[in-house]
Amino acid sequence: MSVLFRKQMVSLALVAPLLLFLIVFFAFPLFTMMKSAVSDPVATQALPASTNALSDWDRSSSPTSEMSAAFVEDLRQINDDQLFGDLVRRLNSAKAGFRTLITKTRTAVKATAGPIDLTAVDKRWADNSYWQVIAIATSSTITDRNLLAAVDLERNSSGAIDTIPAGASANRTILIRTFTMALAVTAACILIGFPFAMIAASVEGWRRQLLLGAVLLPLWTSLLVRTAAWFILLQDTGLINSTLMFLGLTTEPVSLIFNRVGVVIAMTHVLLPFMVLPIFSVLVGIPKTLMPAAASLGAHPVRAFLAVLLPLALRGVISGSLLVFMSALGYYITPALIGGAKDQMISSVIAYYATGAANWGMAGALGLVLLVATLLLYVVYLRLSAERELKP
Amino acid sequence: MKISKAVLFACSLLAINVTAVEARDLTVVSWGGNYQDAQRKIYFEPFAKESGKPLLDESWDGGYGVLQAKVKAGVPNWDAVQVEAEELALGCADGIYEKIDWNKLGGKDKFLPDAVGDCGVGAIVWSTGISYDGDKLKQAPASWADFWDTEKFPGKRGLRKGAKYALEFALMADGVAPKEVYTVLATPEGVDRAFKKLDALKPNIVWWEAGAQPLQLLSSGEVVMTTAYNGRISGLNRTEGKHFGFVFPGSIYAIDSWVILKDSPNKDAAMDFIAFTSKPDNQAKLPEFIAYGLPNIEAGKLVPEKFQAELPTAPDNLKGAISLDIDFWTDNSEALTQRFNAWLAQ
Repeated sequence: MSVLFRKQMVSLALVAPLLLFLIVFFAFPLFTMMKSAVSDPVATQALPASTNALSDWDRSSSPTSEMSAAFVEDLRQINDDQLFGDLVRRLNSAKAGFRTLITKTRTAVKATAGPIDLTAVDKRWADNSYWQVIAIATSSTITDRNLLAAVDLERNSSGAIDTIPAGASANRTILIRTFTMALAVTAACILIGFPFAMIAASVEGWRRQLLLGAVLLPLWTSLLVRTAAWFILLQDTGLINSTLMFLGLTTEPVSLIFNRVGVVIAMTHVLLPFMVLPIFSVLVGIPKTLMPAAASLGAHPVRAFLAVLLPLALRGVISGSLLVFMSALGYYITPALIGGAKDQMISSVIAYYATGAANWGMAGALGLVLLVATLLLYVVYLRLSAERELKP
Repeated sequence: MKISKAVLFACSLLAINVTAVEARDLTVVSWGGNYQDAQRKIYFEPFAKESGKPLLDESWDGGYGVLQAKVKAGVPNWDAVQVEAEELALGCADGIYEKIDWNKLGGKDKFLPDAVGDCGVGAIVWSTGISYDGDKLKQAPASWADFWDTEKFPGKRGLRKGAKYALEFALMADGVAPKEVYTVLATPEGVDRAFKKLDALKPNIVWWEAGAQPLQLLSSGEVVMTTAYNGRISGLNRTEGKHFGFVFPGSIYAIDSWVILKDSPNKDAAMDFIAFTSKPDNQAKLPEFIAYGLPNIEAGKLVPEKFQAELPTAPDNLKGAISLDIDFWTDNSEALTQRFNAWLAQ
């Protein structure tokens, strides 16, 4: 064994905890999420005979007796209730009504031993559209259904990609809204955070401690508590409105809650530390003599700021913006409590599919779309910052 | 090589720690707010004292996916959970609940027929309907048409966020008789009609999600009326001296049930707990704190006269009220929720 190999093994052992952590808590869940977005094995697993019988059906002629016989046989064979539940959920998600239909049919099928007339059990079995859903579900174990639905697309009966009729789904609107709101919060954080960091960097001693404490203290408070506090402050009878009315500035309460303004205010406050701290850490490293030097050469303070301080501090602004933007994309609690119906972000839709509908495929697909969109933006950022560094 | 041995040792220690099964206390989950406060007083604390073992209580806001994920993960960290009728039906079909031992409960015939199931025991009969602050409104609203009438009653309205309830109420406001609501809603035209009616009120709606929120909205004057759960309204009137009213005609009632999650390590204790809450003399204490109807027939009779009139199960309150259609919602929940969310986002 060479010395080099031993050294490599030692360093590998040193990073092993990190690697294990990344695999178990990052790579594996990510992979599972992506897999759940495209895998669709339930119908094939639960209905093996129907999978065969339906594979050569043209999906437009009326269902054959072989098809219904195979389907009845499959229903009789399913003993695993959880598998049956997953099957029902998969079919009902594609066409509402399947839940009662299949449960009713299964009860009827289990009650008799021989062949059974499905249309006598429920007249819906004469309807082609139910069989089409089963045929599509059993045709393959992977599907692009969820990914398409995540961006408001679907496959029509001939298999071509089509947009979902207006009013049936709003994922695209909500995705765009998520990115706009995250941008607005980032902009607000820069506008407030940059001057704040400048002041904090320019003073010394207890004043600096006080200013930094004002940023750090909220960071150590629970997100939920801070959001609830904003709820109390912003409401129509809250502190802000009653002060405005007491001062005679308005006669009617300004509506600050259940709308976009309130969400941006609360999210800006919650995310501000992530903007202030990176900018501050860059600013304290900049020599204090630079601005007086610019002034001594006759530069107006604004020009000195734009030409000297801002370019030097830009690294802090960019890393702060990235932190704020990325965290804002995933916000859930704050828009849910402070926002109105038109301020909900994509995470609330993901939460509905995961915790409400138990449709993990859709939750995974929406998560994947969000991840890809974020990565694309990150690549754009990398390209832009690379170009900037090339310039002299 | 020493280092890798140390790492191996650390890893195995970690693994032992993870796999060691901890004995967990019985964990009961309910809907929070003043309802859970009442349950704590009359069920949780007395049961812990009687059994001599600690009982943990948590609260949740519903969602079938939450329960399914817990059971599929292996050993669930909740034992007895109070669920809505839809979650009971879905979970029982999927086999994520333990079967109920009706012998421990004294037999099925001791309960209202709708409160008896293979996987669940009815806990309360509750209503959702219009609620308003009697101190602020001179004239009380009487129907869903009033709820939609923003000229007669200016101000915002609170509604539970979701297609369930909102669509039914919209149809009643549009003049559909309570008994016809689900027949109309079963047709595509009926769904369009409900959404069109909701459109008219949309700018004036504040959406709420947890059962304690409408009380807060009403107390702060943020809304002039709101849908709310009847028990919480009377509970608040009693504890805080408010004069909130609840409109029973046009309200929708449903039964919440206790279930035990599949493979719960405290299965037997959870069953004992459910039996304890279902005893007539224990259950009869509930209406004093919160006005929900009782599924145990004997308990219903034990409730003092003065609390009877507020219960959703009182004959006068049942007039003009309808029962939530579980079959309709288990079939259409996903499609209608998707459409509802799209409608909200516009």
